[in-house]
Amino acid sequence: MDKHRSERIMPERTPIPEQDPLVRRRNFEEVSLGYNPEQAVREAQRCLQCKKPLCIDGCPVHVPIPKFIALIKEGNFQQALSEIKRVNLLPGVCGRVCPQERQCEGRCTLGKRHQPVAIGALERFAADWDMKHGVNGSVKQLSATGKRVAIIGSGPSGLTCAYDLAMLGHSVVIFEALHEPGGVLVYGIPEFRLPKSIVQQEIDTLREMGVEIITNAVVGKLITMEEILREFDACFIGTGAGFPRFMGIEGEELCGVYSANEFLTRANLMRAYNFPEYDTPIKVGDRVAVVGGGNVAMDAVRTALRLGAEEAMIIYRRSMSELPARVEEVRHAREEGVRFELCTNPVRIIGEDGWVAGIECVRMNLCGIDETGRKRPEPIPGSEFVIEVDIVIMAIGTGANPVLTENTEELRLNSRGYIIADEETGRTSIEGVFAGGDIVTGSATVISAMGTGRKAAKAIHEYLQSKKRRPSISAPA
Amino acid sequence: MAKIIEKRLIRLPDVFYFKVQAPRLSARARPGQFVVIRLHEKGERIPLSLADINPEEGTISLIVMAVGKTTYEMSLLKEGDEILDLCGPLGKPTEIEKVGRVVLVGGGFGVAPLYPIGREFKAAGNEVITILGARSADLVIYEREMNLVSDRVIITTNDGSRGVKGLVTDALQGLLSSEAAELVMAVGPGVMMKAVAETTRAYGVKTVVSLNPLMIDGTGMCGGCRVLVGGKTKFACIDGPEFDGHQVNWDSLLCRQRMYVHEERLAFEEWKKRHAHMFVQED
Ligand SMILES: Cc1cc2nc3c(=O)[nH]c(=O)nc-3n(C[C@H](O)[C@H](O)[C@H](O)COP(=O)(O)OP(=O)(O)OC[C@H]3O[C@@H](n4cnc5c(N)ncnc54)[C@H](O)[C@@H]3O)c2cc1C
Ligand SMILES: Cc1cc2nc3c(=O)[nH]c(=O)nc-3n(C[C@H](O)[C@H](O)[C@H](O)COP(=O)(O)OP(=O)(O)OC[C@H]3O[C@@H](n4cnc5c(N)ncnc54)[C@H](O)[C@@H]3O)c2cc1C
Ligand code: SF4
Ligand code: FES
Repeated sequence: MDKHRSERIMPERTPIPEQDPLVRRRNFEEVSLGYNPEQAVREAQRCLQCKKPLCIDGCPVHVPIPKFIALIKEGNFQQALSEIKRVNLLPGVCGRVCPQERQCEGRCTLGKRHQPVAIGALERFAADWDMKHGVNGSVKQLSATGKRVAIIGSGPSGLTCAYDLAMLGHSVVIFEALHEPGGVLVYGIPEFRLPKSIVQQEIDTLREMGVEIITNAVVGKLITMEEILREFDACFIGTGAGFPRFMGIEGEELCGVYSANEFLTRANLMRAYNFPEYDTPIKVGDRVAVVGGGNVAMDAVRTALRLGAEEAMIIYRRSMSELPARVEEVRHAREEGVRFELCTNPVRIIGEDGWVAGIECVRMNLCGIDETGRKRPEPIPGSEFVIEVDIVIMAIGTGANPVLTENTEELRLNSRGYIIADEETGRTSIEGVFAGGDIVTGSATVISAMGTGRKAAKAIHEYLQSKKRRPSISAPA
Repeated sequence: MAKIIEKRLIRLPDVFYFKVQAPRLSARARPGQFVVIRLHEKGERIPLSLADINPEEGTISLIVMAVGKTTYEMSLLKEGDEILDLCGPLGKPTEIEKVGRVVLVGGGFGVAPLYPIGREFKAAGNEVITILGARSADLVIYEREMNLVSDRVIITTNDGSRGVKGLVTDALQGLLSSEAAELVMAVGPGVMMKAVAETTRAYGVKTVVSLNPLMIDGTGMCGGCRVLVGGKTKFACIDGPEFDGHQVNWDSLLCRQRMYVHEERLAFEEWKKRHAHMFVQED
């Protein structure tokens, strides 16, 4: 590294203001408060503006990171957001929930010796600034093509696909099974990490663009794929992987055992944290165990704390370094007092009068490497012990929901029930039907779901155009 | 939004019939399926069986028994009012074929889905016998409708004020000991369905029950509706709601249904305070 460059290096990150852990562990307000303009500019100054920006390679949708950071540095926040938005429809969401340490920030040149640039926080800043001060520049949609596209599922993949197609002038209808659009962004990820107003704003934008959103519409039940294909020129399936798994151990049907999806849906979508003002109840108890180590587990355990649990713990079979959750979430959970029982796996849930009374666990030894390249956990014989708990939440992953696919025979699935779709285009085994997001990839990330929605939109557009042209070629002059 | 176009009190003071406009839903729905409704922005999602399906009219019917906050709130809705969210048809339809003699057993709100189910069984060429149970004569509901689709309707009352004195299972026992049946289908409170399944086991008659665990989404996303059937975990909203009654783990179902009794009571009491005028006589 040349001398000139190393001189201006600012090794330390501009700290991101956060709510005090002891306060926030009992409220649902957002944990991270985000940068103010001075802090953002200061952090933006840390960027080296690399000639070969590795951060972009780390980003699944290749946000022009150095470019938008340079604009923030110049105080041109609006322009910075426009740069991001050219490739990322939901910067306010991604800035908050992307696993940056494994993507852009994980590759950042500065991060090799010092702390990487806080790319996520800057992305979020640009989005939030725009939300507060932005001049709502009306989007320039192309003129109507007369083509109709159905989008099934309103998670990040469906929303992105809908946006792109509406921009191209197609008429778009989103079918959503639940009563509120947004997918995991509204039913799963809690308010304290992703305020609902941010998702709501994006959905409002879509509606302003003329996208119709039909809620309470379960495709496969209310409407078949056959009908969709009759009524529309093309279709995108983005139904997610929201089918909760259980471990198959004794005691999982006891009262007090939840899937993380149920627990989070009650709390987020149904606002059970406001019971009885809102009608949906939720049980928390004094001691809560969450099984799993991903973002879902962290969200569940921190929600339990906020709902009043005296002790909330994570039970995870591997060690701290293998926890799949975002680093920030793990840090936040620890600061808030979440207990971590690592290298530990449940063997059964103990019941008393039909209710959870405890969870019997076994310690795990990490030895060898499994097929996923991670250390393989194996139970240590004789190490069984019991933790007294009132509530057990299973956050061990989700699978493909069969409701749409089992009612659509022609749609080819892989052995695990996910839709087989072309990686570049999202094309499926049915002509005119494209798919993306978790229902194709299995549980992944918001940004990858958005990426697939965007690729599919492009492919759908090409498909619609070729469909339009075909008849005219053979038509007599 | 779904508009209520007809509402009737069908049994004093707490059982109501609603006819709701839902063209697309009525065109797709089959007997045995259900819907999930939500009444207002702060409301809970609750499942209700399809009590009738009329695709020509573009309507569906629901029978609601007011037992707690949401069902009481629903009982206050009037003709012309809208149900904020109506989602369905959910669950798998009843498997209907010609099997011979079919016995339908209903109790409580369980009679709701039996009418369209009975109609289809009848249309498929079966002999349909219906057993309806209630505590006393004035609590019997849907008798007239079930008469339209059954060859015979047997009423049982706990106090003997109408029909056979005793429980539905007494009548069922009597029936099965004298006549063979190919299929028994029971819909109603968990304890009743459990008792029916225990009664038919001795006769080796195939017994289908429509389970009613607590539900949220009704689309297989939350797993709250899971039940143990034949030792396996099933989601009642997508694998059911109908299952082989001889395979169901009833104790676990009955226990899980009571998971929120405390909260439900709290919510209902709060609500009652605000609607005290409705409950003068009881208080
Ligand atoms: C609790 C939790 C926390 C997470 N945290 C993070 C995080 O921090 N960072 C990150 O990057 N990712 C995170 N994820 C993962 C991320 O949210 C998902 O990968 C992403 O939402 C997938 O998007 P999608 O578009 O495929 O579908 P989803 O968001 O799953 O949405 C699918 C939608 O389709 C609807 N639907 C399903 N079936 C039908 C049907 N038959 N008809 C009509 N509609 C239907 C569903 O109701 C749902 O609204 C988290 C996931 C969860 C559950
Ligand atoms: C598939 C299915 C179909 C149903 N069909 C109908 C129907 O057609 N008509 C109808 O009136 N009800 C039906 N129910 C039951 C109905 O959903 C509940 O009565 C309702 O959720 C109660 O809500 P609430 O807020 O009024 O009362 P809550 O305060 O929630 O409950 C009041 C009392 O009812 C009991 N209860 C609550 N939910 C259930 C349940 N699922 N099963 C049995 N008891 C329950 C509670 O234990 C409590 O004692 C059905 C349930 C399911 C799962
Ligand atoms: S790798 Fe880091 S320092 Fe280099 S351009 Fe990207 S954010 Fe800036
Ligand atoms: S009600 Fe949620 S999975 Fe069945």
